[in-house]
Amino acid sequence: MLRRCRIKLLFTQGPSITVRAGVFVLLSLLIMFLDHRQHHLEAIRAGLSVLIYPLQYAVSVPSRLSIWAESSLSTRNSLIDENRALRERLLEQEIRLLKLAALESENVRLRALLQSANRNWERVSIAELLSVDFDPFKRQILLNKGSNDGVVEGHPLLDAQGVMGQVIHVSPLTSTAMLITDPSHAIPVQVNRNGLRAIALGTGAADRLDIPHIPNNADIEVGDLLISSGLAHRFPVGYPVAEVVAVERDPRQPYARIVARPTARLEQAREVLLVWGADEMATTPPAGETTAPTGEVKPAQEATP
Amino acid sequence: MNPVRHHAGWVIVVSFIVALMLTMMPLPEWARFVRPQWVTMVLIYWCMALPGRVSVGWGWALGLLLDVAHGSVLGQHALSLSLIAYAVTLLYQRLRLYPLSQQAIIVALLIFLQLLITLWVKGATGAAPDDLGFWLTALTSALLWPWSFMVLRDLRRKFKVS
Repeated sequence: MLRRCRIKLLFTQGPSITVRAGVFVLLSLLIMFLDHRQHHLEAIRAGLSVLIYPLQYAVSVPSRLSIWAESSLSTRNSLIDENRALRERLLEQEIRLLKLAALESENVRLRALLQSANRNWERVSIAELLSVDFDPFKRQILLNKGSNDGVVEGHPLLDAQGVMGQVIHVSPLTSTAMLITDPSHAIPVQVNRNGLRAIALGTGAADRLDIPHIPNNADIEVGDLLISSGLAHRFPVGYPVAEVVAVERDPRQPYARIVARPTARLEQAREVLLVWGADEMATTPPAGETTAPTGEVKPAQEATP
Repeated sequence: MNPVRHHAGWVIVVSFIVALMLTMMPLPEWARFVRPQWVTMVLIYWCMALPGRVSVGWGWALGLLLDVAHGSVLGQHALSLSLIAYAVTLLYQRLRLYPLSQQAIIVALLIFLQLLITLWVKGATGAAPDDLGFWLTALTSALLWPWSFMVLRDLRRKFKVS
C-alpha cells in the first residue's frame, strides 16, 4: 500500500508520462533529421563512441585473447617454418617491387608527356579491427584508430587483396568503417581488361556486389577483374575491387544482371590499411566532399552510359 | 526533492551495461540474425518493476547509446525505445499480473513494434532489409524472456533495488 502511494506521488511530480514521451519522440525525430540530412551530429556521435569504447574493448577481449594465445602457444618449429616461408615471400615480393619502381617512374614520365593528372596514394597506416558486432543487416567494422591518429571521414580502406570500404564515423579513439558490401555503399569501378566504367553496389551479403546499368551488349565477362576507377575522388585508382562471377543477359531486360565477388577478404581481415592520398595530405578536401554515402552515390549518374 | 529514497541504482546501470555488451558481442554469421534485443528486454523489465524510476528518459538515453553501438542513424533506437518504455509504463500493473508465458507474448509484440519503427526509419534513410529473418529477433527475445525475467527479478530482490 505504502509502495503504491509513493509511486503515485512520484508520478504527480513534473510533467506527465505522456508529455514526457511526446517530448522524447519529437526529440528523436529531430535528431534523426539532423543526423541523416544535415550531418550535424558527428560530434555527439563521437562523444558517445568514447563513452561506449570501454564496452567495445571489453567485448573484443576474448577474440584478442584467442589471437594472442594462438601466437604465443605455437611451437618453435612451426614458427621457424612460418619465418622461412615469409622470408621467401618477402624476397619474391622485393624482386617484383624492383620491377615496379621502374614501371612507376616510366608511368610518371608517360603521364607527364600526356599532361594528365597523376595522383599518388602514398602514406599507409595499419589499423586493427575490434571484433564488435553491428547491425546484422549492415556491413560495418570498428577500427582501433580514430581522429587522434589522423583518420578522417571518407578515408579509403584496403587490405592486401583489394579495396575494403571507407570510414564513415570518426571518434577520437576509434572509427567506424562501411564495407563495400554494405547495402548503402557504392564504389565507382572499371573493368581492368577494357576500361569499361561501372558502379559496384553493396548488397548486404558478405560476398556479393551488384553491377547495375550495364547494357546487354557491353563487353564484360565472367572472371573480369574490376578495379577502382577513382572517379569519386574517394578511393585510390587502380586497386582491385571485385571479380565478376555471373553475367546474365536477358534480351527482354534493358540491362544485364551482373554479380561480382569482392577480392578483399572482408570477413576474415584482422588488420586493414588506411591510405592517405598525396593530394589529400597537401590540401584537406572541402567539407562537402566528406559526407560519406551520399557523396559516393553521386557518380552513379555520371558513369552510366 | 524526491520523496522516495532510491536504493542500489548501480544494479540497474550494470544490467544495462551487460545488455549493451551482449548486443555488441561478436557472434558467428548465422547467430547474428537471431540475437535477442537484450537492451530492450532489460528496459522492459525495469520499466515494469520500477516504473517510477526507469521510464521514457532512460529508454531514450539507452536508445542513443544503442544507435552509436549499432552504427545506425542517431535517434532510430532512441525513438523506438522511448515508445516501448512509454507503453510499458502505462501497462505495468497489468503486465505484473500476467504469467510469464503471457508476458513473453507482450514482449514479442513490443519488440515487433520496435522492429517496425526500425524498418520505417531504415526505409526512410537508406536501404530497408527485405529479408524475413529481420523479424526473428522478436521471437528469440520472447523465448528468452522468462529466463531473463527471473534473473533480473532475483537480482532486484537480492540487492533490494527500489
